[in-house]
Amino acid sequence: MKNKKMQKTIALSFVFVVLALMYVPILFLIIYSFTYTNSGLVGDWGGFDLRSYGYIFETERNGSFENTLLAALGNTLLIAVTSGLLAVLIGTVSAVGIFYLKRRMKATANTLNQIIVVNADIVTAVAFMTFFFLIGLRDYGLVTLIIAHTMITVPFVILTVSPRLGQLNKNLYDAGLDLGAGPMRTLFTVVMPQLIPSMLAAFAIAFTLSVDDFVVTYFNNGGAGGINTLSTYLYTSFKQTRVVQQLRALSSLIFILSFAILLFVNFRKKRKAKKDNSPIHSV
Amino acid sequence: MTQPAHIAIKKRKRHFALRRQHFSFPYFFLSALFVVIPLVILLVYAFRDLGGAFSFSNFAKFFTEATVRNAMGRSLLLALATTAVCLALSYPVALVLANSRFNKTVVLVLLFILPMYINSLLRTLALKSVFEMIGLSDVFTRLVIAHVYDFFPFMLLPIYTVLVNMDKSYLEASNDLGGNAASTFLKVTLPLSVPGIVSGILMVFMPTVSMFAIRDIVADSDRWSLFGNSIERKFKYEETYGEGAAYAIILLAMVLVTMLVASRLNRKIQEDKR
Repeated sequence: MKNKKMQKTIALSFVFVVLALMYVPILFLIIYSFTYTNSGLVGDWGGFDLRSYGYIFETERNGSFENTLLAALGNTLLIAVTSGLLAVLIGTVSAVGIFYLKRRMKATANTLNQIIVVNADIVTAVAFMTFFFLIGLRDYGLVTLIIAHTMITVPFVILTVSPRLGQLNKNLYDAGLDLGAGPMRTLFTVVMPQLIPSMLAAFAIAFTLSVDDFVVTYFNNGGAGGINTLSTYLYTSFKQTRVVQQLRALSSLIFILSFAILLFVNFRKKRKAKKDNSPIHSV
Repeated sequence: MTQPAHIAIKKRKRHFALRRQHFSFPYFFLSALFVVIPLVILLVYAFRDLGGAFSFSNFAKFFTEATVRNAMGRSLLLALATTAVCLALSYPVALVLANSRFNKTVVLVLLFILPMYINSLLRTLALKSVFEMIGLSDVFTRLVIAHVYDFFPFMLLPIYTVLVNMDKSYLEASNDLGGNAASTFLKVTLPLSVPGIVSGILMVFMPTVSMFAIRDIVADSDRWSLFGNSIERKFKYEETYGEGAAYAIILLAMVLVTMLVASRLNRKIQEDKR
């Protein structure tokens, strides 16, 4: 008995050590976001100071708004939302089509789908870059980024939506047709509403992938005067101590926000589970 | 019962209608245009010299230029070290997380995923501050830690998923048949978790080989320039697309080979099971 308890302590403490190592940089990041020094080094405490947070909201950098963190954030969100919505629309319609394809065509579609998932980011990125250069779109960063981000997230949408399709009642589609709706209308009014939960999950994945992407963005943001997203903003100016501290404040905000959301969701799930298990409900 | 030919043709024409399979057509079109054609273009660029004629000169550069070859060597070494450390750290963690005796909720698993919601370059920047604070200046150590930090969840999750979905009756069977903890682990748990290990390695090794942004943030000097940096230089600064394309194709070939090996391995495991 005692031996088992010991085992448990050792096992869990190993996990907590690894977790702690993962969270140390984030903890320092949050602590040192509340100070501002000329060196910008973690470990250099210059007294409590909210200047780093103030700098997030600067409206001019190097002479224009385009170079600011706010502009980069705006671009990041614009691209993530637009490409996310496009990817969910294209991906869901495609998933339905692919699901009903004959075996060989289905295999072809799945192979096509794997290309982006499996390929190294940098290869995808430079392939897009050469392509956009040849068709003369290279200087239109926003357009090329929305196309590229849509195409790199569509496969993940298909992978998320497809499993759900197998669980749907196949007769409902035929019922839609029998009742006089065309295939298009049946798709949008009968099939898609049943897929909404997986479409939401797919959007979350597409959005996260888009926000986190650096490589594809870096190679396709429209050349020298190209637009910045959060990743490329960081990459091009992380050597400026001011930017480092500004980003420290921003990532603290992002982290605290996602931590709060996780706790909230988990707390609600637990409460719901308790409710469902209570004897009154189970009777 | 056969119909006259002209009626059959007429009928088919009239009956051409949108079916649900046709919803996949836009996907085929878009994939061909934005995924397949760009890769074909890249391939064409790789096999053209500066004058536009067919040649292998771009690929020859990979073997003749020491800088590029060394960069590939460093990338492979880094990826190997990163994968090994990731595996060594995440397997025990996955074992503990998947064991209901130690861990009954998903909260701990979520805690491992949570940092991924911060942009990976932001996390790398935070890590770099810690390096500066503790005075860690060795570039290789910095690189390995930074890449492990970035890729750890990608190794942990597939292994955890396999372990948590494993049929626990195997463990009881091994126990009943007189196996102790060590032999149960070596003969039951470990072999059953190989698919998770394989997909974990796939998700860490090749992405690390092609990575360059983390290096640029973490390494202060020009030392330890990686293969990704070579490709970046060709496309972003020197604008010699041909050479860059050849390097990218080499990377693509490596990805394909690793995928092939992995799928062979998985198939073999499936066969052994039977």
